[in-house]
Amino acid sequence: MDWMASLQGLAGGVLIGLSATWLMATLGRIAGISGIVGNLITQRPKGDSAWRFAFLLGLISGPLVIMLLGSGLGNVAGSPGEVIGAPAGGVGLMLVAGLLVGVGTGLGSGCTSGHGVCGLARLAPRSMAATGVFLIMAIVTVYISRHLIGIGGLQ
Amino acid sequence: MSIAMNNLMNSSVMKTCAGYAAGLLFGLGLAVSGMTDPARVLGFLDVAGAWDPTLMFVLGGAVMTTFIGYRLVFRRSAPVLGGVFQRPTKRELDAKLLGGAALFGIGWGLSGYCPGPAIASIGGLSLPLTAMLFTMVIGWFAAKRLAQ
Repeated sequence: MDWMASLQGLAGGVLIGLSATWLMATLGRIAGISGIVGNLITQRPKGDSAWRFAFLLGLISGPLVIMLLGSGLGNVAGSPGEVIGAPAGGVGLMLVAGLLVGVGTGLGSGCTSGHGVCGLARLAPRSMAATGVFLIMAIVTVYISRHLIGIGGLQ
Repeated sequence: MSIAMNNLMNSSVMKTCAGYAAGLLFGLGLAVSGMTDPARVLGFLDVAGAWDPTLMFVLGGAVMTTFIGYRLVFRRSAPVLGGVFQRPTKRELDAKLLGGAALFGIGWGLSGYCPGPAIASIGGLSLPLTAMLFTMVIGWFAAKRLAQ
């Protein structure tokens, strides 16, 4: 096992947890990306959009800061120090995946951050159920695409 | 400018700054942990292949930190910058929640991107990611319509 990669995962996870704690402490909001950004784009809530837009900018600038630091703090598999990995498939696959992720997180009111991180931390039954379902579906999808079919640039 | 007006300005500027800080911390966390690499995510989901445990450490670290952090935060009666704690109160497991989670899981398994890492990886500028972000936004609009 690659202990350095795991350790970086843990450190990054703690940063994500601090972000979620900070957002609840200051603004009283759940740090769910699909909720924050999705509502910003689809609803533009009056008087409730500035912090969402600022969050979005912060989210994009995080990896850029790590890249600019040039200190090899990234954790891309197989190329230590790299910050942003290559997409796992071509445009066609990603168009389909994007639609599923958008519709799914929209209907399911959350993604890995809102349900997975914040919801599990609140011991919320809906989030536990949602996290179980999307994890199982993702594992099954990877099994089918990698081991049964072998599509879309997935090994 | 009146003092009340001044306070209002400061509070809205503060809220925007707090939002930026939260996003930045989140983006730093995704980058340091390697979640901006779909290969790491797919490696975790590929339980029948060369399993990559990294995501387990990320989720574990994030949930533990948030679990402790929320308990400290909820000792207060309200958020530091005003307003109320907006905690989801719904408890029923309906078809919308579970069906949505299932669709999301399939998309996540196909791409290795959930919304956070997909957006945070914009700086990597690639055509496939741009395509995914485009249909993800379409999906959000579609979900809003379907839910009505």
